[in-house]
Amino acid sequence: MNLFRPILRTLFAAAFVTSAGFSHAADPLTIGAIEILSGPNAKYGVAIKQGFDLGVEEINAAGGVRGAPLAIAYEDSAGSKEQAINAARQLIGRAKVPLLLGPTLSTEMFAVGPIANQRQTPIIGTSTTAIGVTDIGPFVFRTSLPEADVIPGTLRAARDKLGVKKVAVLYGRDDAFTKSAYDVMKTALADLGFEVLTTETFGAKDTDFSAQLTKIASLHPDAIVISALADAGAGILLAKQALGLPQNVRAIGGNGMNSPKVLEIAGPAADGLLVGSPWFVGKSDPLNVKFIEAYRAKYGSDPDQFAAQAYDTIKIAARALNEARDLSGDAIRDALLKTKFEGVMGAFAFTPDRSPAVVSGVLVLEVAGGKFAILK
Amino acid sequence: MLLQQIINGIVAGSAYALFALGFTLTFGVLKIVNLTYGFYFSAGAYLALFATLHGAPITLALPFAAIAAGFIAVFLDSALLSRLRRQQAPELASLMVTLGATLFLYTGMTALIGSEIQRFPLGLIESAPFRFNGASISLTQIAIVMTAGLLAAGLIGVLRATRTGLAMRAMAENPQAGELMGIDTGAIMRRVSFLCGAIAGASGVLIGLEHNAITPYMGETMALKGFAVIILGGLGDVGGALIAGLLIGLLEALTAGYISSIYKDAVGFLLLVLTLWARPFGLFGRASVRRA
Repeated sequence: MNLFRPILRTLFAAAFVTSAGFSHAADPLTIGAIEILSGPNAKYGVAIKQGFDLGVEEINAAGGVRGAPLAIAYEDSAGSKEQAINAARQLIGRAKVPLLLGPTLSTEMFAVGPIANQRQTPIIGTSTTAIGVTDIGPFVFRTSLPEADVIPGTLRAARDKLGVKKVAVLYGRDDAFTKSAYDVMKTALADLGFEVLTTETFGAKDTDFSAQLTKIASLHPDAIVISALADAGAGILLAKQALGLPQNVRAIGGNGMNSPKVLEIAGPAADGLLVGSPWFVGKSDPLNVKFIEAYRAKYGSDPDQFAAQAYDTIKIAARALNEARDLSGDAIRDALLKTKFEGVMGAFAFTPDRSPAVVSGVLVLEVAGGKFAILK
Repeated sequence: MLLQQIINGIVAGSAYALFALGFTLTFGVLKIVNLTYGFYFSAGAYLALFATLHGAPITLALPFAAIAAGFIAVFLDSALLSRLRRQQAPELASLMVTLGATLFLYTGMTALIGSEIQRFPLGLIESAPFRFNGASISLTQIAIVMTAGLLAAGLIGVLRATRTGLAMRAMAENPQAGELMGIDTGAIMRRVSFLCGAIAGASGVLIGLEHNAITPYMGETMALKGFAVIILGGLGDVGGALIAGLLIGLLEALTAGYISSIYKDAVGFLLLVLTLWARPFGLFGRASVRRA
């Protein structure tokens, strides 16, 4: 067994070297990533992987990390907590990676984070926005702006730019994500001085929202603040149109409605919808333009928010790995906390609580003519 | 707002009733709670979606989906239940077979076409609602209400006034006696299965159109409500299902509008519990006679 281990390890590492230029060079420095690469939510994980891979390519072209090429060992969680836990045990225990990226969903992070934390292996979520993710422990980081930062920005823009004062709230009462976003909305609405006319709810499997919206319509709000996943969100927009609520009564959504799926299902009924987003494909700063060109050249399609977050994250991770005094969990953790970075999402640093420190990058998007555009 | 909430309630209630009509008929004649019924509902919606994506107008896609769902129902019924029926297996065995089959079918459908929500193409049916007195109703909603009413009336007519209906009622009463009287019970069962599958399929299309949300599990969600409706209306009672559906729909809309949307789903089931407590055979059910 001992005889074979070095051979196996070399094979394992060689399999994950992404840059051909280093095929003869030193052993790569391999970090782990747990993402949803199969199943119904694979679109998120695949976008993230593409963002990582593009970043790794650029990092290795610029000399790699600590004199070695950087490589990522991927494990598929398929969106299941159990599979994500097994992946983390494999990557930390057997592959002995110094750093983990992912997992894709907040619920997976709540399962995997404690394991990484206990083994003192830093873990960075790129798409985990729920409340409490970084409270798991001192080795759990995230680079995605939490809902608690994105939603207030959206509501402030609605108040200042569109003169929204009186709102009705509609949220999914039996889903952890939509309920958590609702809690953020409730606090933000109070802080920003909105008048809340009514708060209505729906169930995760509901497809009929007419009773709630009829009541909301009778109260004549300026806007409806909605915490829903894409499918229910689209259904609400369609019902809002069918009941004849005026176009100028805006719908304001959380991150769940920041999805092309909403536009696809709701069609013209989505026009006027406002959502907050940490990134947007139409952002015209030079770093973002360069990223989009490189992404299109490599994959032949436009990146989404998840690819952009992953691209910035791998660069942040590479910088921290370079700066760390050694590859122990503590050293990498300290280096991550000190890292300052300018990426496609804007300026980036971690707070002492290991979440993004800078929230100026929040963009408010408006749906117009069936497309997302930056709200002017 | 009251007028609109009453419209919302009647539309939602008609949708429940439309779904429940076939469900209750299956029970009345075949005497089993056939849980695959929810699958016919999902299958109907997907068949029509498939047809419309290939350019068929809804006037063609709807009957196509209904007929295809009817044949699926005949096939599944004979594959799953005819053997159990021949052996006169206990009702619980039939229930478990349909439960297992329906989970298998939903999962298979998800594996085949994915769990992502889909919708009929935009502009398939006029979506601009009719408005009057500050309330609005869409063409699809009118179609759901009309179909539910006409179908219930039609079913009652068939059961009361035709030879097939007489045979169905005889089978509901006592299949052995019916067979001895010269009724081809196998043929009647196939007809009932076809009819139920077609009703489920058509209601899947109409409700899928109304909510713009087609998913493999849409039938499962609907089956829970449908269950409440047929028990409330009296198992096997077509007219009872129509009235119970409308009652639950109206109660839900008025609860959401005037009390709180938190209780919207609970109120239908509360009504069910209270009704069964006071009238164990449903609102219109009679203890000794099984009606079809």
